[in-house]
Amino acid sequence: MTNYILIRILFLLPLWLGISFLAFGLGGLAPGDPATVIAYRLSDVPPSAEQIEMVRRDLHLDESLPRRYVRWLGQAAQGDLGRSYRTDKPVLIELVTHFPATLEIACLAFVIALFISLPLGIAAAVRRGSRWDHLARLVALAGASMPNYWLAYLLILFFAVWLGWLPVSGQTQRYAVILPALTLGLGAAAGLARLMRSSLLEILSEDFVRTARAKGLSERIVIGRHALKGALIPVVTVAGIVFGHLLGGAVIVEQIFAWNGIGKLLIDSIYDRDYPMIQGFVILTGTVFTIINLLIDIGHPFLDPQVRFAK
Amino acid sequence: MKQGPLNRLNHDTAELLTGSASWFLIERRGLMRGLLRDRTALIGLVLVAFLVLSALAAPLLAPNDPAAVFPERKLASPSREFPLGTDNLGRCLLSRLMYGARVSLAAAGTASLLVMLIGVAVGTIAGYIGGWIDFALMRVVDLLLAFPLLVLALAITGMLGVGLTSVLVGVVSVWWASYARVVRALTISVSQKQFIEAARSTGVGPRRIVIRHVIPNVISSIVVLSTIETGRLLLVISGLSFLGLGVQPPTPEWGAMLNDGRAFLRSAPQLMIYPGLAISLAVLGFNLLGDSLRDGLDPRLR
Repeated sequence: MTNYILIRILFLLPLWLGISFLAFGLGGLAPGDPATVIAYRLSDVPPSAEQIEMVRRDLHLDESLPRRYVRWLGQAAQGDLGRSYRTDKPVLIELVTHFPATLEIACLAFVIALFISLPLGIAAAVRRGSRWDHLARLVALAGASMPNYWLAYLLILFFAVWLGWLPVSGQTQRYAVILPALTLGLGAAAGLARLMRSSLLEILSEDFVRTARAKGLSERIVIGRHALKGALIPVVTVAGIVFGHLLGGAVIVEQIFAWNGIGKLLIDSIYDRDYPMIQGFVILTGTVFTIINLLIDIGHPFLDPQVRFAK
Repeated sequence: MKQGPLNRLNHDTAELLTGSASWFLIERRGLMRGLLRDRTALIGLVLVAFLVLSALAAPLLAPNDPAAVFPERKLASPSREFPLGTDNLGRCLLSRLMYGARVSLAAAGTASLLVMLIGVAVGTIAGYIGGWIDFALMRVVDLLLAFPLLVLALAITGMLGVGLTSVLVGVVSVWWASYARVVRALTISVSQKQFIEAARSTGVGPRRIVIRHVIPNVISSIVVLSTIETGRLLLVISGLSFLGLGVQPPTPEWGAMLNDGRAFLRSAPQLMIYPGLAISLAVLGFNLLGDSLRDGLDPRLR
């Protein structure tokens, strides 16, 4: 058991190395000579050739790529991801200060998604072909087809402009978190409802469910106590992945609602060509995403009695 | 459809007897018949066909020049001249939507095609050849899938700078990964079948086996995948344009039009509603079509 977890964590090391390599490589995509670009950012007047060369030497841009990568990796390992071009604060600090806001919408969106998708999926499976089933299919289709950057404005239009119940955007007013979270949560609910339905349908066709029914157990107990347990296993696994995607999906939604999380930070950095910030963002998301996947992998055997730890 | 010729598709001996090429023909004929009989598929087909046709016919059917500005008719309500009204600069909304379809659908279609080519090439090579090539390619795939794809596409686009080309590069260079993984799995399962072994034992080279025998046998799943992915790519590409990173104004594109309409949410919500509706309908069409194709082509996946 402990071995299993240790091996899983060891597997992460090459992946992290890959993530760092990717983030470093991204820097090479930026157009123009980096030393010149940075020198122009540093001074108000156009820099002289010597000044550009000085920047090049100071930032070790004259060294070979492998050496620069090793140097960069060494600094990154110590938490030094460089400084933001825009604010001149350390990238890591910027990311850490913006992350809680994103986590807040992602968590609320996750709760909303579960509250909608699980009952809907269960109702659709239990009453197959009923109105609930059609509703679930409709929600799943709409959720998969509607862009969240459009849904956001429909929700703003309805709840903020017409009804005036909720603030249009910003972070200071009460309940401001509801609309961005609702936007994200509705989108995530679609896929989960569909999965919940098909997972429960599969379990309901199994022999042990028939046996339970034949024993004369009430439908409530058959579904609630026997079928649901098994049906929830794949849903929990996918829900973990969905949570990771909520963090990523928050990028556009945060921009729309002027919500000051890492998503908006990324977009603002892109507008301002703040390359170290973009690289830092890639490292952060990759790390968070892989940790979530690790937790799912570790948790899976506890949920599913059919999966046992391999010796 | 259940008892039709499609079901026999995956049958090893039948494949051995007839060869892959003729199978594809039978598959296609059965497929068209099945699609027309299935109501969901029909809705999807009609939606996609309608949007593609209106994109193609935009120069003929659009009531106005999408770039023409009518300053005295700003934010006009629908009329005979402007069937959906005009935007904040006095440009015909319907015409812009129709021309926008050309850009949005072409971008999504191009991206989908490129992603498919890369994904199929990498997936079949990794799956059929195996060994260290497979190992190396799959580690790249693992790395890309360690991210939410949208985020990585955004970061690459952001590094390259604004424009439709950077958006396409950003999206395509990450999107092929999930594709390659699926195609690799399909390739491995097909490679273990007898008819591949038969071909190999008669001295057919690996390149020919992949092209003539492996790809025709995984093509149905690839078609399903790329139909659904085209919709998802449309969402992402228009999303990047919405953020101002892709297609730049005044070029009409659905995502960029949504972005233009943001400022007029209160006074003229229709500026946002129509382009969003267009995106949603297109993606809905691809989703419905993809789902029905999946049910029709591969009963096991249901």
